[in-house]
Amino acid sequence: MDLSAINPAVLIASLMVAAVPIMLAATGELVVEKAGVLNLGVEGMMIMGAVCGLAIAVEAESPVLGFVAAAAGGAALSLIFAFLTQVLLANQVATGLALTLFGLGLSSLIGQGYVGIKPPPTPRLDFGPLADIPVLGTILFRHDPVVYLSVLIVAAVWALLRFTRAGLILRAVGENHDAAHALGYKVQRIRLAAILFGGAMAGLGGAYISLVRVPQWTDGITAGAGWIALAIVVFAGWKPWRILLGAYLFGGITVLQLNLQAAGARIPVEYLSMSPYLITILVLVIMSAGRGRAALNAPAALGRNFHASR
Amino acid sequence: MTGTGEVLLRIEGLTKAYPGVVANSDVSFAVAPGEVHALLGENGAGKSTLVKMIYGLVKPDSGTMTLRGAAYAPSKPGVARQQGVAMVFQHFSLFEALNVAENVALGMQNPPGMRALASRIRQVSQDYGLPLDPGRLVGDLSAGERQRVEIIRCLLQDPKLLIMDEPTSVLTPQEVDILFQTLRQLSAEGTAILYISHKLEEIRALCDAATILRRGKVVATCTPRGKTARDLAEMMVGGTLTPPSRSAKAKGAVALEVSGLSVPSPNLFGTALKNIGFSVQKGEILGIAGVAGNGQDELFLALSGEVRTARDRIRINGAGCGDTGPNERRRAGLVAAPEERLGHAAAPDMSLTENALLSGAVRKGLVSRGFIDWAATRAFAGQIVDSFDVRTPGIRVAARALSGGNLQKFVVGRELSQAPAIVVVNQPTWGVDAAAAAAIRQALIDRAAAGAAVVVISQDLDELLEITDRFAALNGGRLTEPRPTQGLTVDEIGLMMGGAHGMEVAHHVHP
Repeated sequence: MDLSAINPAVLIASLMVAAVPIMLAATGELVVEKAGVLNLGVEGMMIMGAVCGLAIAVEAESPVLGFVAAAAGGAALSLIFAFLTQVLLANQVATGLALTLFGLGLSSLIGQGYVGIKPPPTPRLDFGPLADIPVLGTILFRHDPVVYLSVLIVAAVWALLRFTRAGLILRAVGENHDAAHALGYKVQRIRLAAILFGGAMAGLGGAYISLVRVPQWTDGITAGAGWIALAIVVFAGWKPWRILLGAYLFGGITVLQLNLQAAGARIPVEYLSMSPYLITILVLVIMSAGRGRAALNAPAALGRNFHASR
Repeated sequence: MTGTGEVLLRIEGLTKAYPGVVANSDVSFAVAPGEVHALLGENGAGKSTLVKMIYGLVKPDSGTMTLRGAAYAPSKPGVARQQGVAMVFQHFSLFEALNVAENVALGMQNPPGMRALASRIRQVSQDYGLPLDPGRLVGDLSAGERQRVEIIRCLLQDPKLLIMDEPTSVLTPQEVDILFQTLRQLSAEGTAILYISHKLEEIRALCDAATILRRGKVVATCTPRGKTARDLAEMMVGGTLTPPSRSAKAKGAVALEVSGLSVPSPNLFGTALKNIGFSVQKGEILGIAGVAGNGQDELFLALSGEVRTARDRIRINGAGCGDTGPNERRRAGLVAAPEERLGHAAAPDMSLTENALLSGAVRKGLVSRGFIDWAATRAFAGQIVDSFDVRTPGIRVAARALSGGNLQKFVVGRELSQAPAIVVVNQPTWGVDAAAAAAIRQALIDRAAAGAAVVVISQDLDELLEITDRFAALNGGRLTEPRPTQGLTVDEIGLMMGGAHGMEVAHHVHP
């Protein structure tokens, strides 16, 4: 095995890119779960975003319109989830799983006409001389705008949850919907907004795969990224900055696995692909064993439907 | 104070019907500024619906409300708060994982920044003698402190009318005194208080006027100080009440013995049990008091066998059984009726017959070689319904369909009908109307008279004083030495329950 073939600066730069889809989707899901809703349809919303983004980017020859359409596509799919769980009070786990299956099927149908077509390239942001700084330039200043946007969104969500009244109300709804209702907050409406945001973020993440990472359309292009995003939310203990950490960690594993393969490592790829889930299970075990602050951070009303019966 | 001068809130002909039940029918009364006005009635009399209409959570079908002379019809709680109406809820309005300041902010219309809010919370909490640390998580607070959070949330908005829904049900007698001082201070400052309760002595001590509701209608208005508690009770119930009767009896051998019992809580925010020890003789009723959340649930689970411990910690008739589950304990003669009726004591969507089977199978021999003897089970369920006067269309209906009082009679009756040697009940009459409560208490007394050892865990002090032979209190997971109930004063009981829970700054023992 020849590890010298791996350039650390390039490795870090590429893990930042690899982490974008799961980071976006996980940040969206974090907001959804903080509002007390468990949407397991992230994979389906991501792939809907991927196909909508690619189709519109190709038709309009604009990657920006592509990303906008991806967010709209993901949000549209999440609207089905919102209607079923918030209005009809369907079981959230079952609805989320159905949403994933539906998204995979529908995206495959829409994507039929786009197999093999390359989308217009997404340009990198031009930082001028900054990009030429050795190492740092490679790591920080040679990315497309979405990489920076994803970090900004994590920061914005953190600030929203931590410092604003809207964030406080969101957390309150996820903590105890009966109390929030008694105080006069519109539980269903707040949850609907959170679900739509989660859908839009998952859609953006999916489009990043089909427009930048891969760039083309194949069936099942997201390849489980949605599930990793769900795992990261738990791994992060419902804290935005840890989502960034988790996404970089798991993005790093993905990139490392490719590099190690190229360097001729003998670890089977499957072990590395399994690792995000194994780590998540480990985190869950540690959390439930400790039952301290970590467990406390999980929204208490997560996955429970609300009905104003009184 | 009524009838003269200014009126703060006037309610006329308020009516609200739900499918199948009229919660309020043509309710009218008036509250003057600075008046402490009691709304008195049994569970289900319509008090809660009425105040929810005043607070904007429920819209009345007909009738009008006037606040300070202007028409008042709040469409949501936010509007009510803006007009100076605030409410302290009995349950469901605090967020355990958020801190005190965040909880307060959620109940305000336009809260200031967190830092400014924290200092105002400190200020107001000192002014009214309700010490509170704005940075603490509500999940770590005692019931009394949680109530302070709610009260301060209201006070910060400078309310003209403060609604309090059963505020003392979670407090020790000393904490009740502090609360009353706060309320009198508020009333002297001109804030009207609408005080909901079914505790008559409190209402006589605190309130200037009372409106009594029965089945959704106003049945009387009076000055509570001029009436005896018995008068008020009879107005509330609409008949005469017979207190449970009991006869002196000889006690037998020790049936249940607990020693050195320490168990961690299975619940988040639960209280661990610390070195609990007591014994109960045959024919004796031991009462265990305590403010909610001091280990009652954990003690119940440890006694029923849902939480297991070392074998010798719990002995039934001298035989260690701490490591056995509920069914083995039933076999040994111990039956248990938990507090939560739906979901713990009974499976909500299963019929009364099936529910009778679930706990009665062992002692009544309803299952043989894995097959259920349905005929015997139906006979058992029918027998419970008949002998405990459970009002139900039949034994086929789902447990969920019964009213709280009837289901409680069924659940307690199911356990008592198994000829148990030891009975453990948690909150046997919580949320049950007075008639059903009296029947349940009488049944417990009768069971003890028939030779069973009975442990009653309850937060209702009057109940414990009425039926128990000995009395102990849980406080922070520790049990006080049981003392004979006769001759105990309310002050002594309050001290056993932990007094005022730290008047300066609350200190807690946390595991």
